[in-house]
Amino acid sequence: MSVSALIAVPVGAPLVAAAVALVSRRRSLSGWSGIAASLAVLAAGIAIAARVGSGHVVADAHLLRADAAAAVMVIVIGVVGALATFAGVGYLDAELADGATTPAAARQYEVLVQVFLAAMSLAVLADNLGVVWVAVEATTVATAFLVGHRRTRQSLEATWKYVVICSLGITLAFFGVVILYFASIHAGASPTSALDLDVLASRASHLDPATARLAVGLMLVGFGTKAGLVPFHTWLADAHSQAPAPVSALMSGVLLSVAFSVVLRVRALADSALGPGFARDWLLVTGLATLLVAVSLLVAQRDLKRLLAYSSLEQMGLIAVAAAAGTRLAIAGLLLVVTAHGVVKAVLFISAGELQHVHGSSSIADLTGIAARSPLLGAAIGAGLLGLVGLPPFALFGGELAIARGMADAHLAPALGVALVLLVVGYASIVNHGAAMLLGPARAGSPAIAVTRPVAVPVVLGVAVLVVLGVVGGPYPHLLETAATVLGAR
Amino acid sequence: MSAHTYATLVDLAAGALLLSAVLVVWRRDLQATARLLAVQGAALGAIPILSGIRRGDVQLAVVGVAVVALRAVVFPKLIAVRLRGELAHEREGAPLVNTTASLLVTATLVIVAYALSRPLVRLDASPAARAAPVGYALVLIGVFLLVTRRKALSQVVAFLVLDNGIDAVAFLATLGVPVVVELGASLDVLLAVVILGVLAGRMHAKFGGTDLDELRELRE
Repeated sequence: MSVSALIAVPVGAPLVAAAVALVSRRRSLSGWSGIAASLAVLAAGIAIAARVGSGHVVADAHLLRADAAAAVMVIVIGVVGALATFAGVGYLDAELADGATTPAAARQYEVLVQVFLAAMSLAVLADNLGVVWVAVEATTVATAFLVGHRRTRQSLEATWKYVVICSLGITLAFFGVVILYFASIHAGASPTSALDLDVLASRASHLDPATARLAVGLMLVGFGTKAGLVPFHTWLADAHSQAPAPVSALMSGVLLSVAFSVVLRVRALADSALGPGFARDWLLVTGLATLLVAVSLLVAQRDLKRLLAYSSLEQMGLIAVAAAAGTRLAIAGLLLVVTAHGVVKAVLFISAGELQHVHGSSSIADLTGIAARSPLLGAAIGAGLLGLVGLPPFALFGGELAIARGMADAHLAPALGVALVLLVVGYASIVNHGAAMLLGPARAGSPAIAVTRPVAVPVVLGVAVLVVLGVVGGPYPHLLETAATVLGAR
Repeated sequence: MSAHTYATLVDLAAGALLLSAVLVVWRRDLQATARLLAVQGAALGAIPILSGIRRGDVQLAVVGVAVVALRAVVFPKLIAVRLRGELAHEREGAPLVNTTASLLVTATLVIVAYALSRPLVRLDASPAARAAPVGYALVLIGVFLLVTRRKALSQVVAFLVLDNGIDAVAFLATLGVPVVVELGASLDVLLAVVILGVLAGRMHAKFGGTDLDELRELRE
């Protein structure tokens, strides 16, 4: 397969599946084509990684480019996308059986999920920063009606806040892109290619510092909004807890990281245009503030899906702090956390969605004795939570270790200390809430939990991926190190 | 078109942009703000049309015509359709800050906009780029409107003023971003506005109004 065809697959395959879902009258056909599209994204990600694993960049004539960092993100989109589309089939079956949704709304769901996947792939593969912006905003557009799919009062409220706050943040990023375009032209770039990532990288040292500072600041805040970073983080828990579980898995597990991968690109640009201090200070302050907000809301959390959402916020805070360190080890560790966190959140949100469906509630107080009532879900949630708090053998452990060592190398020991204290408090709360749900005695009259195949398969596969990634690793760590280098790590 | 005429007309368009934004702050009636938005969209589209004519750049002029169609016709129409059938008190913008204070804040924001845009104007002293601070002012005024208006549609208006400001900077400072980006961005904004309109309709059906203070169930 030619390179330009290969890098078009992650964007094209989900769009084809969206078209199939749009015209198909048979649920099974649209369901399977959705899963197939996600697997195609994953396969393309691996094939791209094989070509760019040594630090090369591949590009087509005008729109797409891929380097090792893009390959990592495409792989994450593919893995979590496959788990979430598989679970999505079961979600829609259950909603249709309950009469909670209509066939037309189910079709809308399937189309939008695939458009969402295509937009995320475009956001990590586009070679023009303006097109990256268009793709990131397109994820908001695609997910708006997915968050509001259940049409309750709460989901309407969550959707409104989500669209308004994310659009505001992301519009500020567009302002930054426009100003950067102006600066790039004045640094001698031609108007047609002034926003291309490679052109920006080569022109970075010629950018007017005062103009570039405003542009970079706006882009960090704007794309940071979509990554859930403070100060525009308030939409996150509402949207992630109100969306259907497979969509929550995609938003929590991948969308946040996709947005953060754009922040990493901006960081690399800022380092060469303005020196390493500018982006580092911003990442350190917002990262620690995000951690603080997330941990303080984790401690007394009463809802399982909001607990998972705030845990994602916590991970994004950690990732931002790691990005501030900027060493090769820290960035590679960050990318491992991104991968593992995506899979963990898919497992946990899919399990939480099943529990919510059975109990008609996602309140932690209503979910009791899970391990005894459903050994499979209990084990999956237990493994997911232990993986989430960074215990071996799960992959998050290695990532967090690398981040800690990378931060120590970058002389950020005080920040590392603060981050560790916050993480420990957050993890203790997660384990505490998890133990209460899983191990306690079941409340009398709790409904029976019958785990269906569309829930069991992705959950078991997800845990297996986490263990394999944590124990074996294979060529993946090397890819992460190459990705860190192309992201301008020192 | 002579250089002098071009500079005068661009300044005129920039003046219309700023004036319409100030009037949006002043007026509470949402129907009036929809009309002001149409004026603002036309003034914005005039800038690439003028630059296109002056430089003999057909593509740029076509982009300008598309901007007018979208921002002076489609967006105000979408808001007007959504407003039809609303009761009189539902058409008010419901600001949190009174009009006098709002106008004072707006004046301050304009001064801040000129300060923020100094690096840009210093790099490029062309007549169009010298008017770019107006775009910065629209962005700041849009953010101010967004945080102080508590009706669903008034937030949509605020969002559009903000977006017009960014487009104004793009057209005044750089003859617009590349066409693929301009197209994609316009499509995103159009879809976002349509989505917000649909959500406002659902809110109206569920809450009997579009007062955003009704949105208070999801709290920690």
